[in-house]
Amino acid sequence: MHQFSQQIFSGIAAGAIYASLALALVMIYRATELVNFAQGEMAMFSTYIAWSLVNGGVPFWAAFVITLVVSFLGGMAIERVLVRPVESASVLAAVIVTLALGLIFNSLAGWFYTYTVQDFRSPFPDRPLLGALITSQDLGVIGVTLVMLLLLFTFFRFTKTGLAMRAAAQNPESARLCGIPVGRMLAIGWGLAATIGATAGIMVAPVLFLDPYMMSGVLLYAFAGALLGGITSPVGAVIGGLIVGVTENLVGTYLIPTQLKLTLALVLIILVLMFRPNGLFGTAIVRRV
Amino acid sequence: MNKDVTIAAPAQSIVDRYAGLSADAWRWLGALALIALAVVLPFGLSTYHVFELTMVMIYAIAVLGLNILTGYNGQISLGHGGFFAIGAYTTAILMSRYGVPYWATLPPAALICFVLGVLFGLPALRFEGPYLALVTLAMAVATPQVLKYFDTWTGGQQGINLVKPSPPPGIPIDRDRWLYFVALVVLLLAIRIAANMLHGRTGRAWVAIRDHPIAAAAMGIDTARYKTLAFGTSTLFTGVAGALSAIVIGFVAPESFTLFLSLSFLVGSAIGGIATIGGAIVGGFFIQFVPNLANDISDAAPAAVYGVAMLLFMYAMPHGVVGTLESLLVRSVRQIQMRRPNLGGIDEDCKGRKS
Repeated sequence: MHQFSQQIFSGIAAGAIYASLALALVMIYRATELVNFAQGEMAMFSTYIAWSLVNGGVPFWAAFVITLVVSFLGGMAIERVLVRPVESASVLAAVIVTLALGLIFNSLAGWFYTYTVQDFRSPFPDRPLLGALITSQDLGVIGVTLVMLLLLFTFFRFTKTGLAMRAAAQNPESARLCGIPVGRMLAIGWGLAATIGATAGIMVAPVLFLDPYMMSGVLLYAFAGALLGGITSPVGAVIGGLIVGVTENLVGTYLIPTQLKLTLALVLIILVLMFRPNGLFGTAIVRRV
Repeated sequence: MNKDVTIAAPAQSIVDRYAGLSADAWRWLGALALIALAVVLPFGLSTYHVFELTMVMIYAIAVLGLNILTGYNGQISLGHGGFFAIGAYTTAILMSRYGVPYWATLPPAALICFVLGVLFGLPALRFEGPYLALVTLAMAVATPQVLKYFDTWTGGQQGINLVKPSPPPGIPIDRDRWLYFVALVVLLLAIRIAANMLHGRTGRAWVAIRDHPIAAAAMGIDTARYKTLAFGTSTLFTGVAGALSAIVIGFVAPESFTLFLSLSFLVGSAIGGIATIGGAIVGGFFIQFVPNLANDISDAAPAAVYGVAMLLFMYAMPHGVVGTLESLLVRSVRQIQMRRPNLGGIDEDCKGRKS
């Protein structure tokens, strides 16, 4: 029973990471209707920025904030320069461009920081809590994710820019007629997604260790989470990510060997798409002919 | 859906005769010249270069398979490396465990990949656009793990070693050159089959489904059947390519079939021209040579080259090398026609047919 509760808690911590990345995917999907295959590599690259800052002597939380700002600006720049031309093009063009982006980030990381696995020190003290039920690393991850979600909720619910972004995502034409700069809103969407991804990357790095392939598995689980919650629903993405995290931990402990963990993600994705293609909270996409 | 991926109009629709020969005859001449070159070439090259060219042809078959699915039918697959692996392992297991001769392993590999492709294509009917890309991406990532896990069959991490087959008695060439010709025959066969399918009823149905699924269904095309057929055909081609690669390399191991391989097929396809047949060969050359060249610069360079090439081609040359060349050819032939309208005698036609 103790092991079971332990697994639940570490599942929630892992789920918080998946939920963040899934949220980033959903944000981009809602804004520009494309699936960002580069989300994981973008997060990985942000994590490397934080790592080199910390190694350069910057205190952890300062490095964290700097990285988030850099990621935000980087995300906006990517949308402006690379993604804008394919936004109205075919699905294939969008898939190829985001894949290319992922490959480029992966190789840039390998180029600058080599493919050696790096140790990323956890910002949280190494101390078991609540009678060894949960590590402080896991608790910290959950806490940071909660704070981030709260901030995002406040931003979208109570600020003018947040309202404008929701309008731009929901109905670009009408939003434009109301005077909302839709293009800039999409860029901010990408910036925010990059920031959320960066948070997830920095939080997961102490557990997974840092290397250019760190996020590839995480991205698959985030995809599974986003699809489970419904790729059009931010709340769904968070809940889906958490469910996937807990499932992964329980199934991985009791049912299948760890070598098949990625296959589990594949099976999850296929099952969700087959039996509930709109996810738990998503809305069906209606197409007019 | 795929507004910017269209097939360049074949030259024959613009020009009927040029320099006394029909466009069809020109094509056959060009193809024969290429085949003649391909037959002579291995005798002027070192064994290693012959091996490299064999791999080019194998990749070309795989890319051709992907072109059928993604280029002509609009279903995006990032997981064809997985089917390549299935073909390779079928051959490897049949050869090493059951002593089946190498040539006899190709039909079972083709059959298995076709059946698996159809089975995978059935749920894929419900996955549109990016979702299918996602599922197949997950498949590509999971492939090496699965191969390692079922180690009683696959030999796990160590993989399976195979003996390179010798040419049949009486043919005085070495093994590598013999395998070159085996691959050449399979490639030509694959191109012929693909061309027949794509230029006929099936191909037109695939393109119609790609360009407007709802209209295609309204016209009476059985979209489910044709989409699964496209999946099966595509994976059959890629699986045969995988089987050949196992024979030619003489070794299979899980690490050869990573996501990078699947992405290679996609890059090769995009660079050659995703909705072309000839583009597959350009793609094969790209996959075989460019990452190796880039590797000399840095470990990170192959991925960077892939990424940059994908971006450049998407923005500057969305129809790939062959697609762009075809439309240039059509345009220049048309200009010659315009200048000498009496020769072709289709000037009236041409005006009405602005393609």
